Amino acid sequence: MAAKTLSGRAHRYGKNVDTDVIIPGKYCSIVDPVELGKHALEGLDPEFSSNVKPGDLIVAETNFGCGSSREVAPIAIKGAGVSGVIAKSFARIFYRNALNIGLPIFESAQAVDDIASGDEIEVEPSSGTIRNKTRGKEYQAAAFPPFMQSLIDAGGLQAYVEQRLAQRAAGAKT
Amino acid sequence: MGMTLTEKILARHAGADRVVPGEIINAKVDLVLANELSAAVAIAAFRNLKGAEKVFDHSKIALVEDHFVPANNAQSAKLAQLMKEFAAEQQIENFFDVGRGGIEHVVLPEEGLVAPGELIVGGDSHTCTYGAFGAFATGMGSTDVAAAFALGEVWLKVPASIKMVYDGKPGPMVYAKDIMLKTVGTLGIDGATYRAIEYHGSTVDELSITGRITMANMAIEAGAKNGIFHADEKTIAYVKERTDRPFIVERADSDAQYERVIEIDVAALEPQIAFPHLPDNVHPISDVKEDVPVDQVFIGSCTNGYIEDLRIVAQILDGKRIASSLRVIVNPGSQKVYMQAADEGILKTLVAAGCAVNTPGCGACFGGHMGTLGDGERCISTTNRNYVGRMGSPKAEIYLASPATCAASAIAGKITDPRTLTLVTA
Repeated sequence: MAAKTLSGRAHRYGKNVDTDVIIPGKYCSIVDPVELGKHALEGLDPEFSSNVKPGDLIVAETNFGCGSSREVAPIAIKGAGVSGVIAKSFARIFYRNALNIGLPIFESAQAVDDIASGDEIEVEPSSGTIRNKTRGKEYQAAAFPPFMQSLIDAGGLQAYVEQRLAQRAAGAKT
Repeated sequence: MGMTLTEKILARHAGADRVVPGEIINAKVDLVLANELSAAVAIAAFRNLKGAEKVFDHSKIALVEDHFVPANNAQSAKLAQLMKEFAAEQQIENFFDVGRGGIEHVVLPEEGLVAPGELIVGGDSHTCTYGAFGAFATGMGSTDVAAAFALGEVWLKVPASIKMVYDGKPGPMVYAKDIMLKTVGTLGIDGATYRAIEYHGSTVDELSITGRITMANMAIEAGAKNGIFHADEKTIAYVKERTDRPFIVERADSDAQYERVIEIDVAALEPQIAFPHLPDNVHPISDVKEDVPVDQVFIGSCTNGYIEDLRIVAQILDGKRIASSLRVIVNPGSQKVYMQAADEGILKTLVAAGCAVNTPGCGACFGGHMGTLGDGERCISTTNRNYVGRMGSPKAEIYLASPATCAASAIAGKITDPRTLTLVTA
């Protein structure tokens, strides 16, 4: 599956960017992704939603998305127009949620160390190649574990669940 | 080679003789939980699933209204309506409306919905609380919850386990919360990411069920997938009082493999406190050298909203008044805790001391409503997270501590070592 190249400027943050700063609790009853996006990262960078342009990427240190299980955290980031997140590592629940809702995420410590805010970044989602166009450097994101890759290839969790339901329905008929 | 407690439970639910860390399994779930925030998104995802009309088993789903309760605006009221309609449509009997439940993690054990050896997933990161009962329990997002609604199973990566061993008798005014804050401080905020924490040692054997709940609850604060205790006579008695459902008590093998073993000498611990703005920024209370005045004291949450916690607070506040410079907000964890607190005279003691007692819910803890902090305000809280903006303004500060430390601070108007108090004895 040749996914579209992600391209935009980097918004660089530190470690432990938690879900409370990604989308504060008071906004968690909002359902519309674009509306959520207006408050993305509000607790950390109140200027983010006015600065972000469609396609931009968030680049952060370790443990991105720690804290609550709120799925509105990756939804808000995506709703703000962000095309992907590059971090040294992700918190467990955020990692699953991002993949489940279709927010591309990449792990590369080297890329994170080299990227500054405002750098022009390109990412090939299918290969995990990260290019820092501002600095003329290229990096390789860690490959997804085989199971995760098969889930992504199958079209995500929804498609995977539908397949299993269809198998069960077929099994029940025979 | 043997298996850890987590591996044993996962293997059984995957229909396998054994599992090893790193392995991906499909595991059957015994209970799926959601609150009105995670349920609303999960229900939408469920409705999008082709071939999913009915949930896998309506008796194995629990829906609890607890985050924005009572609803703070029409928008959150709508989420509650969605969940209520879904519960009716799918005949989910374990639906807990406002006034009938309380905080999900307080309610489920009370209702006998959690038992040793079970596998529980929930649309809330503190679902790990049920590890207190010897269950495997972990938090997930709404799409995963929708998948579990439909299939009755989840995919999981088997976590390696970290063995935490606690020995020694806690000193005066040192509680499970202090032990767990020390644990999070020791492991670090991502020190247990993708790992299980298995709690061992003579100290935890002596802990009450509530103490174990407090400790399992905060496993996620070190990034853990789950935190788990071995069920013992206390656990079995607690569960059997509430359900006649059969359950299987698992034990870790003596030759189980642990990624790390960490020992904590509890006898040497003083009360602990997490400074702003991370739950692993933990210090002994003696590190508080200067006056740190507070504006709000919060008592409650899925960490410390239990009757034992309220008893400690009431004992400290009995016959006293809270400092005039601050407010104290108390949220009993559930309707049952609320009723028990009424029966024991605790509510009267708290109100007489000047506390505001709210209806059970999560509101203040996650900055939803009913106790939101303003710019520049400082709060000492019995909750589990102190991230920037967690309880309201990103310009507020949150300190995490035990109910005793919070109550002592309420009297003094500043962060106070509860060991310095002179208690009124009956």
